[in-house]
Amino acid sequence: MDTTGNIFLPSGQSTIAGEVDALFSFLFWASMILFAIVMGGVGYFIWRYRHRGRETVTSGKAHSTALEFTWTAIPIIMVLVVFFWGFNVYMKMQVVPKDALQIKVTGQKWFWSFDYPHGAATVNELVIPAGKSVKLLMSSKDVIHSFFVPSFRIKMDVVPNRYSVTWFEAMNPGNYDLLCTEFCGKGHSEMIGLVKVVSEREYNEWVETSASLGEGLSLAEYGAQLYKSKACITCHSLDGTALVGPSFKDDFGTMRVLTGGQSVRIDENYIRESILNPQAKVAAGYDPVMPTYQGILKDRQIDALVEYIKSLGKNGAADEAE
Amino acid sequence: MYDNESERNYLNTPRGWKSWLFTLDHKRIGLMYLIAMGAAFLLGGILATLVRLELLTPGRDIMGAETYNQIFTLHGAVMIFLFIIPSIPAALGNFILPQMLGAKDVAFPRLNLASWYIFVAGSLFAVYSIWTSAVDTGWTFYTPYSTDSTKSVISMTLGVFILGFSSIFTGLNFIVTIHKLRLPGQKWFELPLFVWGLYATAIIQVLATPVLSITLVLLIIEKAGGVGIFDPAMGGDPVLFQHFFWFYSHPAVYIMILPGMGIISEVISVFSRKKIFGYKAIAFSSIAIAFIGFLVWGHHMFVSTQSPLAAVIFSFLTFMNAIPSGVKIFNWMATMYKGHIKLETPMLYAFSFLFLFTIGGLTGIFLGVIATDIHLHNTYFVVAHFHYVMVGGTVMAFLAGIHYWWPKMFGKMYSEFWARIACLIIFIGFNFTFFTQFILGTKGMPRRYYTYLDQYQPLHAFSSVGSWILGLGFIIMAIYLIHSLVKGEKAGRNPWGALTLEWTSPIPPPPENFDKDPVLNHGPYDYDKVVMERDIDKVKMGSVS
Repeated sequence: MDTTGNIFLPSGQSTIAGEVDALFSFLFWASMILFAIVMGGVGYFIWRYRHRGRETVTSGKAHSTALEFTWTAIPIIMVLVVFFWGFNVYMKMQVVPKDALQIKVTGQKWFWSFDYPHGAATVNELVIPAGKSVKLLMSSKDVIHSFFVPSFRIKMDVVPNRYSVTWFEAMNPGNYDLLCTEFCGKGHSEMIGLVKVVSEREYNEWVETSASLGEGLSLAEYGAQLYKSKACITCHSLDGTALVGPSFKDDFGTMRVLTGGQSVRIDENYIRESILNPQAKVAAGYDPVMPTYQGILKDRQIDALVEYIKSLGKNGAADEAE
Repeated sequence: MYDNESERNYLNTPRGWKSWLFTLDHKRIGLMYLIAMGAAFLLGGILATLVRLELLTPGRDIMGAETYNQIFTLHGAVMIFLFIIPSIPAALGNFILPQMLGAKDVAFPRLNLASWYIFVAGSLFAVYSIWTSAVDTGWTFYTPYSTDSTKSVISMTLGVFILGFSSIFTGLNFIVTIHKLRLPGQKWFELPLFVWGLYATAIIQVLATPVLSITLVLLIIEKAGGVGIFDPAMGGDPVLFQHFFWFYSHPAVYIMILPGMGIISEVISVFSRKKIFGYKAIAFSSIAIAFIGFLVWGHHMFVSTQSPLAAVIFSFLTFMNAIPSGVKIFNWMATMYKGHIKLETPMLYAFSFLFLFTIGGLTGIFLGVIATDIHLHNTYFVVAHFHYVMVGGTVMAFLAGIHYWWPKMFGKMYSEFWARIACLIIFIGFNFTFFTQFILGTKGMPRRYYTYLDQYQPLHAFSSVGSWILGLGFIIMAIYLIHSLVKGEKAGRNPWGALTLEWTSPIPPPPENFDKDPVLNHGPYDYDKVVMERDIDKVKMGSVS
């Protein structure tokens, strides 16, 4: 995109990125020049005026109004230039175009969920059309998170009890990292999503299928999709590794020891309860940190996840599903 | 009692451990601060290398996520509250300030001792509670995470609250000392610039620290009493906490840097044998930074949902506050012009300061411009920026001061050869560690991440290796400094040929600071009128001279 784009910035993929990058480049080169002048001067003086011979008094003026005025005034002018330039770009980042597609973003420990105007909802995957401005109306269910897409040069805090807004227009189809940039606890660095930019036509297709709740798929197959798209994958592994929560591998049908010391058999009802009311029966050795999926998952989706976890049990068809 | 009157000094008179624990001598208190801070720096440094070790690869290396979060919290809290904030004023300032003024002690010696005890008690309390209750909020304690957290942040914040009093006591003491205990005839504009730096710092300490204390008390009230102040679940406003926190913590970065700038003014003038250029500009810029510094806290919150109008005003004021720092750099440059420059260790650190602090300052511009800050905020760019300012600025100035006043403190010279080697290693290691983090940040790597995406790994690995080089430099420094105490050459009365008052007394100074009444024969930087013989040229130096 520009000269520094390759060394420092990831390639800019939103309409505002070019303007931010141009300002960044200006700051970069102006800083390089200033730094070269200052350190070049210091280096030259150290060499040129290195101590030689005997101690003598040094002459030279210790004050010069003209000089001091100059080196105060020039930096003031320079920062005023960057201030107004930055102000200008910032205003463009603030004013949301009227025809923007509005998507509701919810941050919570430790995933992102997105609600679309047509009723679809996704987790950790924001699907948007290229070439259309998108307005994000954001809030948090627990602590402060921050919505950051490096390729789009946008970032905004996501605060509980308050809406915040940001917007962007992606230029090209592709997948771009979405990162949480406000420290939110144990899973902070796992709170990573994807912005999936698709063409307008693909977006419209996706809108139609996304509202369908996995039609044409078996429950277990649909559950396998949801395992990824609803962010179960962040905390529950399939290979036996203990992450933030217990693994799903060889889980179903076995007895689980809870934090209180009692045990419970992992059956359909236990899984359903753990999805809707996770703090009710917490597995021993794990923190009670899972958020409730009440209101996020529809009944068929819960059914699908139960079937999927069941299929991962000792007698299930884990290999097929994965 | 002593065979030779010249051997009587503040270190050996009076004797016994009680005479240290109950001492009212500002020099001993300064030294005790130095020891406490050395311990804090060691702890903070070990934690930093653990953090870097964990970040060597994208996944888990040596610890779990929770341990990692606690370790970076402890690293930040220890380095900020136990080391950088008090380092220069409480340790070096305490030791040198009265001697620069020709005074026997600070204005309130008992308050001074009290501040040390409060500091130690607060430090132990804070470290103990972070350690045992496993606080993992980061050193910024942002709500509602800090109030939601199952871990107790009360004892931790109480520790910081106690530390605040130590800071206020020192600030108050210095303000009164500078006003009332100057040598008769020592005018304000004949004070060494280190004194101006300490004065500006003291003003901030006295005015800003109470705000942090109040904030922490509110946090404790909310957490213990269930009164909704910051927690939205109880009807509070989480962003309000950020305003309070930065209202203290932004001026606090000037508590950290202003005394450092004072040291740099001393060192550059002495080692360039040149009258400081633009004395009044440097003195007034310290005061200007101290005051405008109170009005820029919102630049930490450009994406926090504060109003865009407020953001724009904070951005503007931030630039206005950058100007006085820039002016100082030009003044130091002009001081070197036509000087007689000797690149001994304190000057090498001053040079490192100029190099690193200039980078820190220029990258601050990127963060002050809102449009670019939105991309860079809370990424490694910010981490790199404040390490360039705090380590590249304050710590380099602190090390310049330590090496400059070491002979004054202990009467011994360190090995100049090893000191230069260590300085070079620290300079290289620091840039290795932190310059890479600028690039990580612009590429989008968020701070406080335990694991990270694969594309960031090469730079992280580079940075981790840099931290080992940096650590090596500090180990070498510890060895030659301790060695100098045991076997170092005896230093002369005025090793560097400086003109400030503290160098007119014996080395190390007697308990009452001066052997005869100090007399002002010249200004602190009158190298255009006076030639002061350097005692160091008479003493044999290391293998490099």
